[in-house]
Amino acid sequence: MMKHLLTRYYKCIAIVAVFCASIQQASAQMENDGIMIPKNYICAGPMFSTSSWTNYWEGTYKRNNGNIGKVTTNMYSFMATYGITNDLIVTAGVPYITSKASAGTLHEQKGIQDLSLNLKWRAYRLKTDKGTLSLFASLTGSIPLSDYEADFLPLALGSHSKNFTARAVIDYNYGKVFFTGSGAYMTRSNITIDRGSYYTTELIYSNQVELPQMSDYNFRAGYRSKYLIVEGIADISTSLGGFDIRKNDMPFPSNRMNMTSVGGNIRYRLKSFYGLEFSAGDDYVVNGRNVGQSNMIHGGITYIFGLARQKTVQDKDSFKN
Amino acid sequence: MKRIIQNIATALLIAMIASSLLSCRKEVISRVNQYPALAPTNLDLNADTWRPVLVTDPTVFTVAAPDATTSPAYIADLNEIKGYQRSLTDDQRAIIKYWSAGAVLRWNEIMRDLVAKHNVPPYQNPDGSYPAPSSANPFNYPEFPFSNPPFAARAYAYLSAAEYDALIVAYHYKNQYNRSAPYKNDVTIQALIPKSDLPSYPSEDAVVAGAAVQIMKMMFPTEINYIEQKAEEEKQYRIMAGANTRGELNAGEALGIQVANVFTARARTDKAGTAGGNKTIWANLASKTIAKGETAWVSLETPKRPPMLPLFNKVSPFLFDTLTVVALRPGPPHSTGSPEFAADQKEVLYYSQHATRENEALVAFWADGVATYTPAGHWNAIAADEFVKQHYSEVRWARNFALLNMAEMDAAIVCWDTKYAYFNPRPSQVNSVVKTLTGVPNFPSYTSGHSNFSSAAATVLTYLLPDRGTKFTNLAQQASLSRLVGGIHTRQDIEVGQATGKAVGQYAVQRGQSDGAGIGN
Repeated sequence: MMKHLLTRYYKCIAIVAVFCASIQQASAQMENDGIMIPKNYICAGPMFSTSSWTNYWEGTYKRNNGNIGKVTTNMYSFMATYGITNDLIVTAGVPYITSKASAGTLHEQKGIQDLSLNLKWRAYRLKTDKGTLSLFASLTGSIPLSDYEADFLPLALGSHSKNFTARAVIDYNYGKVFFTGSGAYMTRSNITIDRGSYYTTELIYSNQVELPQMSDYNFRAGYRSKYLIVEGIADISTSLGGFDIRKNDMPFPSNRMNMTSVGGNIRYRLKSFYGLEFSAGDDYVVNGRNVGQSNMIHGGITYIFGLARQKTVQDKDSFKN
Repeated sequence: MKRIIQNIATALLIAMIASSLLSCRKEVISRVNQYPALAPTNLDLNADTWRPVLVTDPTVFTVAAPDATTSPAYIADLNEIKGYQRSLTDDQRAIIKYWSAGAVLRWNEIMRDLVAKHNVPPYQNPDGSYPAPSSANPFNYPEFPFSNPPFAARAYAYLSAAEYDALIVAYHYKNQYNRSAPYKNDVTIQALIPKSDLPSYPSEDAVVAGAAVQIMKMMFPTEINYIEQKAEEEKQYRIMAGANTRGELNAGEALGIQVANVFTARARTDKAGTAGGNKTIWANLASKTIAKGETAWVSLETPKRPPMLPLFNKVSPFLFDTLTVVALRPGPPHSTGSPEFAADQKEVLYYSQHATRENEALVAFWADGVATYTPAGHWNAIAADEFVKQHYSEVRWARNFALLNMAEMDAAIVCWDTKYAYFNPRPSQVNSVVKTLTGVPNFPSYTSGHSNFSSAAATVLTYLLPDRGTKFTNLAQQASLSRLVGGIHTRQDIEVGQATGKAVGQYAVQRGQSDGAGIGN
């Protein structure tokens, strides 16, 4: 469930990024699209998402729980992308999260979550009559910005780990049709919890918890033009370890949290006020393990502008790769 | 401008990659795996004069005289040791290291592990009722037991008390037969653990294992394979370490089983088996409370779960009789209609609405809820960390755990008696705005179980370890406070619970003061 939030968060960031025609549509905090912004341009803006679930998977058993009802997580984030060169961009994002349950007595959680920083490099581009093929490499790191309680699932704001993700992206477009696929591996640091022992599949006498590493595969396809992007997305995120929640047990940060989701995004850039972009999307978990079956709706606004005065943004078709 | 931004971006990236590399993952090490090998500063050879819990006469238990050290049987046993020691694997050395910390300690940990594993409340039936675990069909869902706090406190008490009595009897025979350790009888046998002058027949480790297995088989019947595997491993450890022969282990194990049978016979008739009550009893608790003009406790779970072990007050205590349970019951809580009650509720609401990160940490540390070893187990863990530093003999380990855990079990009995005598509502029932920093337990509020367990434990541990000053009292105070700031209990719940817990703890202290063991080294 925590991964849920984590994932949700990165997906949110992704939205802004898609927004910015730049970066980071990801289930695993990575950018996984095929879009860049030009050198010395900045794209920045706020975004909002709301995610909720009533059913969840306890191991592989799907159920609801009258003691938590519906869990709703809202995220208010800000992100910015900067083009270091035409082939290298950096993106930073910070979310503020609230998380509450509609039933039971568990106390609402809220606060600033993790700072994430992503570096995306277009390593190769081949233009032919049959379209354009691009390869990207991307590295993302994140660190918690506040001392939120990770061991308070399902309402915890995140895992409170330091994460590092490497992703490879392949992007192909023919005219205005595109396909992007990517794969990622994420390592997560041990976390420190507030108690001195905990039960996984045995009792461990430590306040340190080892979290499973994760893999993520992301596929997206659709229409991409200068003013509009419409895409469908599928994402498979898998814990490479961890343990199942037992029947009627509580969730724990080192559970094996898997998730397969589908969704769509739409992004629109104004012609009348060039540089201003709107995006919106939805993402739904179709299958999972030790996570909630959430549906997330998100939206955002970004503005893209150049730092060099002599250039206008029209000089660069930044939506295209 | 752009150069500056470019530089900042580059610097941030380098910092982030560097921090990622530095944060590389480390293997999590349980601190109990770092305990040193047991090397008692005092063998407590007079333990055969200490006062047992249930046993009255050691000579009613059979321990055959050992074979002469010149006999073929003994020499064969020595050869078994030599065979192991000729080619010990790393895994076998790890087993030696693990068990060398002490038998009483490790079986206490094994019990904590099983308590945590089985401390999960049953999932409801489709019709909204709840199935109850059955010791007659332990493998049927929900598996027996649901090791909730009262169950766990009782399990720790039987384990510790049985081990204690078994060791007292073992010491009787050790002194009688006065057989020295294998490494003293044959110089080619190495002692892979600290050497000891304690007579080695019957083996104290096997006595503890035999007793522990008997108690645990009863308390955790679905875990028999695991429990017996641990016992086999422990016996093998004694042989590999050169500390005991097979004959010493067999005699010890047989004795441990005999003594434990005295305890399992008591446990079968101590009324814990019927503590769950039935629908009529549950309904009467509410109507009796309402008749007094008080708000009655209601389960805050959905669907509503029957109250936890309402007849646990009927269980036979170890330290006093059932009349004393009633005598120890504190007076009634503030009437649910009184201004004092309202003021207490207001204080809980304040903490709920002003949750700090410090309070979250305090609550999480002491929560000891689902899938944990429960508050009694937490105090066993606290005690174990301290006892390790004391270099106790096995028999003193057992005696001190017995005092602690008889106090915990009896505190549970007295506390549950109070809870169901008054059937007082939780703050979140009185005011649904009160949100909690951990789960709300499914039984009445007055008095706080954490406060009873913690004050009883702190009283016993302060008696056993007077040089620790107010350490345990302060910890108990933190445990109690965590329930107030977590939105689980009122101040009256915790303060009265502390007083009762302390009173129960005093009974264990009095027992300790008169059992002939003293407070040791």
